[in-house]
Amino acid sequence: MTKKLEISAGQVPEVGASQIALLEKLCNAVAVSGDEHEVRQIVLEEIKLIADEVRVDALGNVLATRFGRGENRVRVMLAAHMDEIGFMIVKKHDEGLFEFERVGGVDERQLPGKSVMVGREHRPGVIGAKPIHMTTADERKKKIEVSSLRIDLGPEIGDQVKPGDRAGFATRFEVLGPSLRAKALDDRLGVATLIELLKHAPDQIDLLAAFTVQEEVGLRGARVAAYALDPDMAVAVDATPAYDLPHWDEDDENDRFNTRLDAGPAVYVMDSATIPDRRLVNWLVETAAQEGIPCQLRQPGGGGTDAGAIHKTRAGIPSVSVSVPIRYAHTAASIARLDDWANSLRLLHSALSRVTPGLLAGERRD
Amino acid sequence: MIDLLAHLKTMLSAAGLSGFESPIREIVHEAWEPLTDALMVSKIGSLHGLKTGQGPEPRRRVLISAHMDAIGLMVTGIQGGLLRVTQVGGIDHRILPGQLVTVHGRETLPGMVVQPPAHLLPQEAGDGPVALPYLLVDVGLHPESVEEKVRVGDTISFSQEPLELTGEALAGHTLDNRVSVAATTLCLDELNNRAHDWDVWAVASAQEEATLGGAFTSPFDIRPDIAIVIDVCFAKGPGSSDWRSLPFGEGVGLGYGPNIHPALYRLFEEKAKAFEIPYHRDLMPKMSGTDAMAIQVVAEGIPCMVVGIPLRYMHTPVETVSLKDIRRAGRLMAAVIADLTPDALDQIQWEE
Repeated sequence: MTKKLEISAGQVPEVGASQIALLEKLCNAVAVSGDEHEVRQIVLEEIKLIADEVRVDALGNVLATRFGRGENRVRVMLAAHMDEIGFMIVKKHDEGLFEFERVGGVDERQLPGKSVMVGREHRPGVIGAKPIHMTTADERKKKIEVSSLRIDLGPEIGDQVKPGDRAGFATRFEVLGPSLRAKALDDRLGVATLIELLKHAPDQIDLLAAFTVQEEVGLRGARVAAYALDPDMAVAVDATPAYDLPHWDEDDENDRFNTRLDAGPAVYVMDSATIPDRRLVNWLVETAAQEGIPCQLRQPGGGGTDAGAIHKTRAGIPSVSVSVPIRYAHTAASIARLDDWANSLRLLHSALSRVTPGLLAGERRD
Repeated sequence: MIDLLAHLKTMLSAAGLSGFESPIREIVHEAWEPLTDALMVSKIGSLHGLKTGQGPEPRRRVLISAHMDAIGLMVTGIQGGLLRVTQVGGIDHRILPGQLVTVHGRETLPGMVVQPPAHLLPQEAGDGPVALPYLLVDVGLHPESVEEKVRVGDTISFSQEPLELTGEALAGHTLDNRVSVAATTLCLDELNNRAHDWDVWAVASAQEEATLGGAFTSPFDIRPDIAIVIDVCFAKGPGSSDWRSLPFGEGVGLGYGPNIHPALYRLFEEKAKAFEIPYHRDLMPKMSGTDAMAIQVVAEGIPCMVVGIPLRYMHTPVETVSLKDIRRAGRLMAAVIADLTPDALDQIQWEE
């Protein structure tokens, strides 16, 4: 067996050039739900020297364990999903044109006029739209139906692309001042965070990292991952929308922002899939307060993370979610702040360092 | 030899919204410098390149007009660090959400067009396609630095990088009409190897997408005897299959309609046949939607021809064209021009 890297155990992880480079590689890879190969390969390569055990399960989840030292170690599962929203080619038409279906929740209004990467070879394609010159004013009041759109790969694509191939948005990762702009920040931010936490795992716990599949089509990977890992508690590490844009009417306040950029990691108190164990919510919020790490409560409401599947697995697994706030999730490009990501990583590392068997001793209480 | 793809990619990376053509004009200037005898800039910002003919003076003049300006957006306001915008040129607002853009502020800022969630918009504005006044541009900066770097009136270009598809298809923004500037470059290059009697005035025109300002003014300066307008035309593709659209990558369009002098049409058709350059008659029953609308009525009137390069998804950031058609257009124009004899104008007459 290869000798493990021991250099960084317990140190506080930071977001620097190498972490950004890793995130860039993760974001530029395409891993549409059900075909997570590219991201899985990056993850396996990154963690092979760090984890004590690594396996790929029946659905394609990467399950990695890093054991701590000493007695009474709490088994903490961290879950971040590898998959992203995207498309599947479903029908070939003439002249290099292909019909496609959406995979995951993609607003159809985000499709016309975008470039995409098709298949493992990342073949360039575009989703065009009818020229404005040929539309009527009435027509422009209606959405462009997905069924009318095609992915265009050029007239000589031949059999290089076939129905069944996946496609993702072709946006390239970029740093914009204090921000990151990339596709699939949901949830490559979580994947990169988990890799860093594995590298810097505190010693008093067993860290069970699940890089999950098929989150965007029903939290399917997380369910079997949680069963297999059988943890004492779980944290889903994800990205959540920041709807912190100005209200159209300047006199009207935007009071439904879900989360805000620059306000730090978002801790969940309730979404449509999970009512987290309040002991874990308090654990995170108190850690943030004591360590002086910015942190926000996600406004209770819709949405969901892998925690939605994990907390109902086996006899129940106390779970909570922490997300990096991002704008424009599930579109060709999202925007996140570097500081929010760094603070998410700090908060999780600090909180994991404080986990004791006492955290979950006794019955669930509010 | 001109490296067409490289030339085109250089032009596609340059900004140049209608009325703000300096960046693209400098690039075209550089490309045309070795191919022309004189270059000048018109009062409205069009680039004029003269390639002197070998015929006896006074020489006849042919003008080639390829507009170089781009469609895009302009900042109308800043709210909470986000930009409100309007359009420059005709843009279907339904293609805007999620588009990557470049904001030309005090610094060049990458950004993206975003569609706010429905609850931040007036009732019903958020259900269907979100109208342009409600869309925003996010440059990823904190509000205070946005206020420092961006002002009302700053222009915004699309920033989709050009993509090479299969079969010599190229996709990107502003292929309308940089592909025609490229075809003009190819034509000038070819004319370097062929004698031509007439003076050739190549014009990279300004403001076609907005006011046709370049097309109204350059011919007045130059006073050509005939004009060739080269622009993109519709290619068959998704959502574009009726008579207005020509097959993709299978030849150039030869415009036919009131903006076009029938004798010039015949001349181009003959040359296309003679040189075996594939073409399709591009029917323009009313206005051509090109610089020819203006050029035709400059001064006492100028006979015009419209050559089209078929393009899919016009006025989106993923306009798609076949390089083959760009080369064909360049060759055809050169073939016509090289054969213009000193008295060729006598044939460009209305007798049936």
